[in-house]
Amino acid sequence: MSDLVSQLKERFGDGIVDVNAETIDDWIEVTPDVLLDVCEFLAGDSAIKLDMLNCITAVDYLHTDPKKAAKADFDPHMQVVYHLSSIEHKHTLVLKVKVDRWKNGEEGSLPEVPSVAGIWRTADWHEREVYDLSGVLFTGHPNMKRILCPDDWVGYPLRKDYEMPLEYHGIRGR
Amino acid sequence: MSTKVDDPRVIEFDVRTDEMLINMGPQHPSTHGVLRLILRTDGEIVSEVEPHLGYLHRCAEKIGENLTPRQWVPYTDRMDYLAGMNMNLGWALVVEKLLEHDLPEKARHLRVIISEMGRIASHLVGMGAYGLDLGTFSPFLYAFREREKILDLFEKACGARLTYSYLTPGGATGDLPPGWVDECRDFLAQFKPCIPEFHELLTNNQIFIGRTAGIGVMSAATAINYGCTGPVLRGSGVPYDLRFNGEERYTEMYEGYQFDVIVQDPETGKYPDPHLEEFGDDLDYPEIPKEAILGDCWHRFYVRMLEVVQAIRLVEQALDKYESASGDWGQPIKLTQKLPKGEAYLETEAPRGQMGFYLVSTGDSIPWRVRARSSCFCNLSVTSELCRGTLLADVPAIVGSLDVVMGEIDR
Repeated sequence: MSDLVSQLKERFGDGIVDVNAETIDDWIEVTPDVLLDVCEFLAGDSAIKLDMLNCITAVDYLHTDPKKAAKADFDPHMQVVYHLSSIEHKHTLVLKVKVDRWKNGEEGSLPEVPSVAGIWRTADWHEREVYDLSGVLFTGHPNMKRILCPDDWVGYPLRKDYEMPLEYHGIRGR
Repeated sequence: MSTKVDDPRVIEFDVRTDEMLINMGPQHPSTHGVLRLILRTDGEIVSEVEPHLGYLHRCAEKIGENLTPRQWVPYTDRMDYLAGMNMNLGWALVVEKLLEHDLPEKARHLRVIISEMGRIASHLVGMGAYGLDLGTFSPFLYAFREREKILDLFEKACGARLTYSYLTPGGATGDLPPGWVDECRDFLAQFKPCIPEFHELLTNNQIFIGRTAGIGVMSAATAINYGCTGPVLRGSGVPYDLRFNGEERYTEMYEGYQFDVIVQDPETGKYPDPHLEEFGDDLDYPEIPKEAILGDCWHRFYVRMLEVVQAIRLVEQALDKYESASGDWGQPIKLTQKLPKGEAYLETEAPRGQMGFYLVSTGDSIPWRVRARSSCFCNLSVTSELCRGTLLADVPAIVGSLDVVMGEIDR
């Protein structure tokens, strides 16, 4: 882990924002700008060779309750978490990217993260799912549309401030 | 005889074959649940397949943000409803990982028994349903007859036949009832001679070989790139099984057990010895047909069949170890157990591939975020690649060989 971190820091400098090696699963946080390069390096380097993307998750950090928000130890933001593993070397890595909940703070414009579907094809469907449920736009994705919800669904259900629609095509929601 | 331009026969001769969009599902019997495929066909050749998902989406992840980990256990059952025990196990392990909770010896062996029995039951459905996809009905009945006995055993252990919620964070909801171990042994003794029957019905069947061998060939690189796991990955010749290569918290469950990863040896072209001597004398394992290519539907099917044998070996060892082990079955954690701040991700080897759970906690008893990484979701995403350029009749054969369960894909 420490070898890898120094290697990454040497290559990407400020692109590596944070390294956490004391938690249960160690993770590395990178900026969205260098994400694609970091992933290309991790997947391509023969000594690291993280050739499998296990999972992409978006975690919405927002307290909707103002009382709790005042006590919270985080600012509202969105995290995209990549779980990677290597079939050949049998090791794993967690990458994180932090973005604002809304692009430029304008409600309704989705935050953007570069798509890694060109490196791992798994990302194709996983990114569509994250877009569908958490509302993160993956730039450069070949087919960015909803996958689990219907195409005309409004809102992003896994966001903390999501509200159930009152009705959908005449079906009562609540 | 001369023909004029407006002669109907001439016009008929001029009919062009257009590309045609065919809708398959979501109620099609061979799509394994509510999967909808849009096929673009040129005559009999499929040029494009687009799967449409979401018909069984039940917002399991959102529900997980409103319940405590133990309350969420029943929702994991309903993901891969053919292997509910293995789903429970994956969730239980990730919660234990976050809590850094260790299990007594006996609970560990109990989990091996239960999860491997679940694997047998699941692969039996996979096998029987694959026969149905290809137009043969009898293997399905043979498979379900045996599966029913496993469900009876599960019912004795926890009261439920499909959605068990038996393995929970902390251990299991209860111990195995008295006499269960012997009943399980009886079942295994009775089940072993059935395996050659299955091979005779399907694996060796010339029609079956014709329908599956050389169809839907997937290279190892494609399988890895698409994130395919489980028998689909091993059917392409990649020796990767989380029971060996997974995280320590999971692999220590299988410490001291003898079993093989089912994958074709690249040098000899053979699968590991299925330990025939333990299965009686006249069990002949089928030779790999010469039409079969590594990574095709036949190999994916065969890997499942051999994994059943390995699961039997594991259960037999686990039953002995369970009887002599110390400790109890593992007391479940409290219903409102406070979770430490942090996050954990863990993948287990479920029958259909690597089932991962991701749990983020901010120090409450209710998780901040729950994520289920579905194996079938990734396995299914490869269909459009595999079906391109195949015959229309091969589409059910390819989708069936991936052995998808929609409950797990849509969550």
